[in-house]
Amino acid sequence: MSPALRLVAVWAALMLLLAATAGASFLPLGPAKPFVAYAIAAAKAGLVLWFFMEMRREDGLVRLAAAAGFVWLLFLLVLTASDMLTRS
Amino acid sequence: MAEHATEPFHAVERQREANRFGMLIFLSSEFLLFGGIFAAAMALRLENPDGYRAAASHLRLGLGTANTAILLTSSLFAALAVEAVRGARPRRTALWLGGAALLGAGFLGIKGAEYAMEYREGLMPGTATAHFSGPAEQIFMNLYFAGTGLHALHVTIGIAVLLVAAALAHKGGERHAMLVGNAALYWHLVDIVWIFLYPTLYLAGVG
Repeated sequence: MSPALRLVAVWAALMLLLAATAGASFLPLGPAKPFVAYAIAAAKAGLVLWFFMEMRREDGLVRLAAAAGFVWLLFLLVLTASDMLTRS
Repeated sequence: MAEHATEPFHAVERQREANRFGMLIFLSSEFLLFGGIFAAAMALRLENPDGYRAAASHLRLGLGTANTAILLTSSLFAALAVEAVRGARPRRTALWLGGAALLGAGFLGIKGAEYAMEYREGLMPGTATAHFSGPAEQIFMNLYFAGTGLHALHVTIGIAVLLVAAALAHKGGERHAMLVGNAALYWHLVDIVWIFLYPTLYLAGVG
């Protein structure tokens, strides 16, 4: 596959995921709803990082720099949630 | 294409790697700038799920979805510009960069129209007509304007950087290739932030 064609294919996948997440928000998923929405968002962000931002071409150091922001945000969210969910 | 490393680098490859490394550290810190807003939204949602959903339902899902599609497409254009630089095609590079900037402007237009509607409906905090059904709604709208406002600022900066890179496309060379690469990386980050703002704000109001 030519590089440009591959990028267009990734874009098509992103559009399908957008349609999927918009559609899924109308399904009766109950408490699983935000998890489905954020899982699809993470998949979209993964595609953008891997193909558009070309993480697939980079070595470990650059990938680590890209992952750092997400890892620290995860700490922030997990520790905040562990406080919110364990208050009596 | 003449490719010479500039001081202090001895090899182009090393220079590129250092450039990417520095840019991604900067982008990671940019992402964390939005982290506080995501954490605050999560805390509000955990504390008052029904109030959060009711407040989010005021937003226009159709416009938010359209803007997501616009930003994803503009990211494709930015990635194609990087590909055009690699093939040493300056005209094509400038066209893709300009196209990405144009879509960014369209995004801001739709966002502005949304803000105008929310102002008229009294949902814009700090304005004379603002009236909220309760604290959850007010905090949610504060978060919405802080999050999307900070994001719109980034879109504006991104458009400016894309246009500068497009205007300099005729110069070519390694320095310009790095400028296009970094402009595209910044633009993709703006896209990723919106990818997470979309379920946090718009999808949360459905159902």
